[in-house]
Amino acid sequence: MAVATREQAPAAADRGVWSWITTVDHKRIGIMYAVAAFIFFLVGGFEALLIRTQLAGPNGTVLSAEAYNQIFTMHGLTMVFAVIMPIAAAFQNYFVPLQIGARDVAFPRINAFAFWLFFFSALFLYTSFLFGGAPDGAWVGYAPLSTQLTEYVRMDYYSVGAQLLGVASLAGSINFIATIFTMRAPGMSLMRMPVFVWMTVVTSFLLILSLPVIGVGLWQLLFDRNFGTLFYAAQAQGDPLLWQHLFWIFGHPEVYVLILPAMGIVSEILPVMSRKPLFGYAFVVFSGIAIGFLGFGVWAHHMFTAGLGPVAEAGFGLATMLIAIPTGVKIFNWIGTTWGGRLKLTTPMLFSLGFISMFVIGGLSGVTHSIVPADTQQHDSYYIVAHFHYVLFGGAVLGYMAGAYYWFPKWTGKMLSETIGKWHFWITLIGFNLTFAPQHILGLDGMPRRTYRYDAGLGWDGWNLMSTIGSYLIAVGVLVFIWNIIRSWRNGEPAGNDPWDGRTLEWTTSSPPPVHNFDEVPVVHHVDDFWYRKYGIDEDGRAVKMPEVSGGALTVDTDTGGEDGDADAHDIHMPSPSYFPIIASAGVVILGAGLVFISSGAIGFGLLALGAIVSLWGFMGWAGEPITKEAH
Amino acid sequence: MRRIVSIVALGLVLASCSSNLPQSSLNPKSVEAQKIDGLWILVFSIATVIFFAVQIALIVSIIRWRRRPGDDSEPKQTHGNTRLEIVWTIIPAVILAVIAVPTLRTLFELRAPATGDVLRVKVTGHQWWWEFEYPDIVGPDGRPLITANELHIPAGKTTELEMTSADVIHSFWVPPLAGKRDLVPGLTTYIKITPLESAAGEVIPGQCAEYCWLGHADMRVKVHVDAPADFEAWTAGQLEPAPMPTAGAAAAGFETFSGVCTTCHQANVRRPDGTVETIGNAVGPDLTHFGSRDTFGAGILENTAEHLAAWIDDPSSLKPMAPELNDLDRGRVLGMPDYGLDPDQITELVELLESWK
Repeated sequence: MAVATREQAPAAADRGVWSWITTVDHKRIGIMYAVAAFIFFLVGGFEALLIRTQLAGPNGTVLSAEAYNQIFTMHGLTMVFAVIMPIAAAFQNYFVPLQIGARDVAFPRINAFAFWLFFFSALFLYTSFLFGGAPDGAWVGYAPLSTQLTEYVRMDYYSVGAQLLGVASLAGSINFIATIFTMRAPGMSLMRMPVFVWMTVVTSFLLILSLPVIGVGLWQLLFDRNFGTLFYAAQAQGDPLLWQHLFWIFGHPEVYVLILPAMGIVSEILPVMSRKPLFGYAFVVFSGIAIGFLGFGVWAHHMFTAGLGPVAEAGFGLATMLIAIPTGVKIFNWIGTTWGGRLKLTTPMLFSLGFISMFVIGGLSGVTHSIVPADTQQHDSYYIVAHFHYVLFGGAVLGYMAGAYYWFPKWTGKMLSETIGKWHFWITLIGFNLTFAPQHILGLDGMPRRTYRYDAGLGWDGWNLMSTIGSYLIAVGVLVFIWNIIRSWRNGEPAGNDPWDGRTLEWTTSSPPPVHNFDEVPVVHHVDDFWYRKYGIDEDGRAVKMPEVSGGALTVDTDTGGEDGDADAHDIHMPSPSYFPIIASAGVVILGAGLVFISSGAIGFGLLALGAIVSLWGFMGWAGEPITKEAH
Repeated sequence: MRRIVSIVALGLVLASCSSNLPQSSLNPKSVEAQKIDGLWILVFSIATVIFFAVQIALIVSIIRWRRRPGDDSEPKQTHGNTRLEIVWTIIPAVILAVIAVPTLRTLFELRAPATGDVLRVKVTGHQWWWEFEYPDIVGPDGRPLITANELHIPAGKTTELEMTSADVIHSFWVPPLAGKRDLVPGLTTYIKITPLESAAGEVIPGQCAEYCWLGHADMRVKVHVDAPADFEAWTAGQLEPAPMPTAGAAAAGFETFSGVCTTCHQANVRRPDGTVETIGNAVGPDLTHFGSRDTFGAGILENTAEHLAAWIDDPSSLKPMAPELNDLDRGRVLGMPDYGLDPDQITELVELLESWK
């Protein structure tokens, strides 16, 4: 490609821990999200191994009931809030601005604040193991169990921790929407945006609309626990089911928040590796939007056993069936994308194809939940555990793995090893199916979830053992992945700007990109604009490589101030680093700690006061600080 | 991977035929569970066809269109095919419409109130045991039949469970007999069960399916499906008060029982003078006919003298509970405390309770 391959050689001031702490660069924030999410993935995975080891045989004794309850609750909270959401945020942070031809995000300091708040909140949630015990009321925190034991602060951690993580996601979502709506390169109309960007729009709206709902519920939980309110207390005409409604009005859109970005990634990779455009771009985009809308109308299918009555159950059952339609459209269009292509079976492509294959299983078992009477057998059994792991591991995790292999070259300038990558893929895929396929059978054979032991003689032993062996195999896969990252980071093949012959704008700039992303702001004429700078179409409709003369040369945008030829990077003003976001987020988390211990008197009030001071310092300093310092 | 999937699919079919799966939803033993199973088989069959169609399409596409070494040709740049896309939007919609009809019919059938000759049983979920009260089966003393953790219902007749919870949410799940239904404090929920005649004599296990903290895994239930005559005999026996022993170890055990155990447990006792009196508090399981039960501790322990002695000695060692957090004034009961009874007292208590058949 003709774009200058520039080795990024950051100045001394751009290196070191301090530069990362104060960074407002969306790419660095994206990397920090990725690293944090991966660390929590290892932690949550370790918890999963503990769970599976406990359940390997009947009446396991590895964990006590008390420990098991904390471990499975934290496994769920970790994987949802500290792994999948932030890994999506990692890809979105790094690649949304690059894919829309922007130099940064709309609110760089809010972006930094969102990351640090997520990171500190997740760490804070883990301090519960040291101070009072970890949440043990399941990730759904059903009342009145979650309000029952005020002697322990465990569910106070849950209430505050989820609240803070939600605020971090809200901040991130607002930033993404503002960025995508206001900072697209000239010519990039909405229907020319990459599907991954589209899915970011959808998930951001889902979060903005759903997080406030659970926010209310979490406050009520905290009040019931600490101030004697009775929102969920049945004996005082409170309503335990209110919590379930509030939780799932958030919780169901949340599922799509977890999976849609992965669908976006797969929708990027399939066309590149098939060397064909996405089949039915508009259908795929509108299906994603439809899934987002329908996602708000199906929450009560998590409550088919709660006693809602047949009319509500029928309505929510039908609405749930409807979701299968746009989801099916996506799957068919992905297969349509591969059909007639020249499939390059690279590791990102394998993970993407694995995603489709596994997601079909998770999707089909999802349809069985809409069959309300059948769901009364499946609900809260291992069948459900199997179902959502097919969606969230077979779907989301494989999708994000695909993204990691696909974009690692852009992050680091190095390719991940294809050989190790294929080992990683096959070990993961086999381990995953070994772990979770038997759980369908366990559930149908009557094994409920969230049970720390079971008796022999119920026909569950063999399947449980198989599941446990599979989970160890997944762990091997993760180790292979870590080895691949370390090895490739050190001596991976240099990637160049455009290792996959990509279609979207991130491949037009260097790997890794300069701080300001693009020397010249690109002008966009097509979906997959970059592809059309490299390829023409002959009479048969086949792609034809264009002569190098025009290949890859960015159209200079004279309207937005780009100089003809090479713009001097020093003329581009990027936001200055700031340490106020990290201070503000630390202050907010200290406030949260104060809330957790508010019933303990002095400790709680002391933390609240400290948190108030620190967060005020952070926010006031932030408000008074110019975005770009003059000295720059 | 595909091989694994097909093995699993095969395993699923085999598993459903196997008879040593007492708690399986795939071995329905009631009219209601059969209806659910019928729906499941329909949906599973359709899903299996779709599963293979989609996976085969994907595999064929991968094999047929993978890039061969040395082939640098470029594919035709198709952007989509509106007609095809409309077709594959409509086909799933039609399939779903077909599934929706029996789904809704079965749903409304199952949720309709039971009519006709129905046995009513009130079920109350507790952390971590089940209380069963038969309001229409009343003894001469006016006390309804009350038992715990082992539900007896007649084969061939509809029983309607009226369920609620004394503390947190539980869920009654005996897969061969019915889909689960939550027990929510402040609400009444219902399950209809009409066991098949062929199930008479079977003891069908189930357990709580809504996470309810420490004892959740150990909150089991056993449903005895009795032949009608056996059910009559059982109810007659259960309505009898427990005799108050006058001599021997059991009499000494009764001293301890009425001094300690009645803090939480009830028993309907016939005194030597013939008067019948219910003693104790209905906080824990009713013990009037403790000796007639096969299991105790909500189905986790076989009802033997050794088990019972060990249980009374240190309940939480056999089943995780949190009696230290009990607060009877606020109605919070989180398990049976260890009262530190000496071995003789325990032996006497065991003697008493096992004699209460």
